[in-house]
Amino acid sequence: MSSLEAEFNQIIDQAQAVRNRVGAVRDQIVSDIYHQAREITEKVVKTYNSRDPDRKIDDIVTSKIFGYPLMFALLSLVFWLTISGANVPSAFLADLLFGFQHQLTAVFQWAGSPDWLHGVLVLGLYRCLAWVVSVMLPPMAIFFPLFTFLEDLGYLPRVAFNLDKLFKKAGAHGKQILTMCMGFGCNAAGVIACRIIESPRERLIAVLTNNFVPCNGRFPTLITMAAVFMGTLVSGYNNFAASALVAGVVVLGVSVTLAVSWILSKTLLKGVPSTFTLELPPYRIPKIGSLLIRSILDRTLFVLMRAVVVAAPAGAVTWILANIQIGDLSIIGHLAGRFDGFGRLIGLDGFIILAFLLGLPANEIVTPILIMSYLTQGVLLELDSIGALRQILINNGWTWLTALNMLLFSLLHFPCATTLLTIRQETQSIKWTVLAALIPTVIGILVCFLVAQIVRTLGFQF
Amino acid sequence: MGLTAQSTGINAFLEELKQSSVKADAVIALAGNPNTGKSTVFNGLTGLNQHTGNWPGKTVILAKGNYQHQRKNITLVDLPGTYSLLANSADEQVARDFICFGNPDAVVVVADATCLERNLNLSLQVMEITPRTILCVNLIDEARRKKMEIDLAKLEAILGIPVVPAVAREKVGLKQLKDVIDKVAFGKKWPQPKSMEYSETIEAALAEIQREVDHLLQGKFNSRWVALRLLDGDNSIITEIFHYLQRLEIKKQEYYQEKVKVVECCE
Repeated sequence: MSSLEAEFNQIIDQAQAVRNRVGAVRDQIVSDIYHQAREITEKVVKTYNSRDPDRKIDDIVTSKIFGYPLMFALLSLVFWLTISGANVPSAFLADLLFGFQHQLTAVFQWAGSPDWLHGVLVLGLYRCLAWVVSVMLPPMAIFFPLFTFLEDLGYLPRVAFNLDKLFKKAGAHGKQILTMCMGFGCNAAGVIACRIIESPRERLIAVLTNNFVPCNGRFPTLITMAAVFMGTLVSGYNNFAASALVAGVVVLGVSVTLAVSWILSKTLLKGVPSTFTLELPPYRIPKIGSLLIRSILDRTLFVLMRAVVVAAPAGAVTWILANIQIGDLSIIGHLAGRFDGFGRLIGLDGFIILAFLLGLPANEIVTPILIMSYLTQGVLLELDSIGALRQILINNGWTWLTALNMLLFSLLHFPCATTLLTIRQETQSIKWTVLAALIPTVIGILVCFLVAQIVRTLGFQF
Repeated sequence: MGLTAQSTGINAFLEELKQSSVKADAVIALAGNPNTGKSTVFNGLTGLNQHTGNWPGKTVILAKGNYQHQRKNITLVDLPGTYSLLANSADEQVARDFICFGNPDAVVVVADATCLERNLNLSLQVMEITPRTILCVNLIDEARRKKMEIDLAKLEAILGIPVVPAVAREKVGLKQLKDVIDKVAFGKKWPQPKSMEYSETIEAALAEIQREVDHLLQGKFNSRWVALRLLDGDNSIITEIFHYLQRLEIKKQEYYQEKVKVVECCE
């Protein structure tokens, strides 16, 4: 028996030696098999109708020349529809909800309740909720159905097909793109979706990088910041430029995903990507009714409820922190002061850093917390439009660099608590969870630092 | 090397297969891509005589079924739908392990006639492992509707294995499939599958280790296929083969020991 083992090991060594010389043979084997299958099929099958219309569409959609521009154009279109479509209902909801705030205040005054109770419940809890609902609901109600439409149409597998080569080069699995698509909705869902990748190595890469896809909780921040940013850069408010910018941020996220995957597969998670077959399903015109029901009920309201549940207590806590004075400064002021030096170094400020830290439970509440902490600093304004928001930010010393870095840091920072818990569950390892938080944060700090330094050196502002 | 999860998987599964109430005269594996109507073929052949079981150690569910044909009990194992046998996933690994180490008397590959090319990838890989392969080209009616004409005789000639057209949904072609299974499983017909030709680099690399592999396997396995996996560095299959050969060795030794005992008794 040991002689069998010895002989076996000898052959394995021999094969290893040959493999070291020839290189990886898996791809060659696969392509040889495919080649023969094609040859045989061509000899045996005759098709009478000119060609499948699906194939014709695929030739364009997945072509080398049109594939990427088309993807970017569609992405921009989706964001453009989202941003410009969301403006009116957002303003309407804000009017409605903030109008109701005055009535609430009146009720509290009538009941003679103490100031602090009114502060916590109305100025903190209710206002945070109103902000989250009015800012998040309209974009989601547009974005999710559009995204589901592309999904049902059969376009997403084509995206995976287009990007497969890039991901393979980065040492990752082609299916990672599909998990990233889930990440657009929610990174925690994206991390769970990584189960579709069988190889543990590639699954880990997908889990660790899923956060580079901006999730639904971050889209409102991205969209708002893009609007603010484009507003100060280009005179007047420019929807089209803003949506291109958001699409650009998504492209940046995908690029960072590829880069990090590549580095991981060369260092911590060495290995060769495994081959898989991706079936391109036929194009189908989606059923609008079921599409709306699914995207509104399953996705929009689900995500909104989650945000609301986190936003309500966060709003209350933020108000308390902002209104308890120690010395001549609120707690939030003290805390923000701590981070201010570091914040300014990377083109942000102490309040922004604090908002990201306090927003750990959910990314949705980062912007509301930030606005609230600015507002309680004395400048009080009604928040009924992007214009008013821009004014608040400018009053607090924002420039377009701040908005740009806020945008970048929103894309590149630690995942929310839910996602981290999910990563912990999926990987069964504290080490990978910590790494999943560290990698994006370090990259975010570096990128923001570099951008800030470059802009300041070139002397655009400050 | 101890027993791995995979080797307990296939062994336990085979043990379970042996213990079924009906004694099987032949065990047939049913392979195929997802969405090719493989399960329809399975249902059409076995009717209600089927039950599902878990592949031990893996979250893969397999269905087993029986049918009688010409007074013989045939057990059919419905393998998970896969695109290849390169063991990228648990499904592919289970399918491959069963075809390799389960010693099925024949393997039926169910193919979708409307996208033959993709389905042939799997057939070619199965043919590499075992000559006792049958290709069932299903959904012929749909191909006809899409104005595709498939020259089945030519396909049979090129592949060197029996090709059976079918519309499993309407039970067309299943009778013929049963006949062909009978012929192949009981050695009335020996397919001569076309052997895969690889590009020069791979063929050259194969030639380097082929002789040693031949010597090691001594005809118990398709040595060309094993050599390919060795080149590929597929460790799971390598350990699997090692265990398989070990088991054979142990069986051989037990057999000799029995003999020695018998001889001792007689003295």
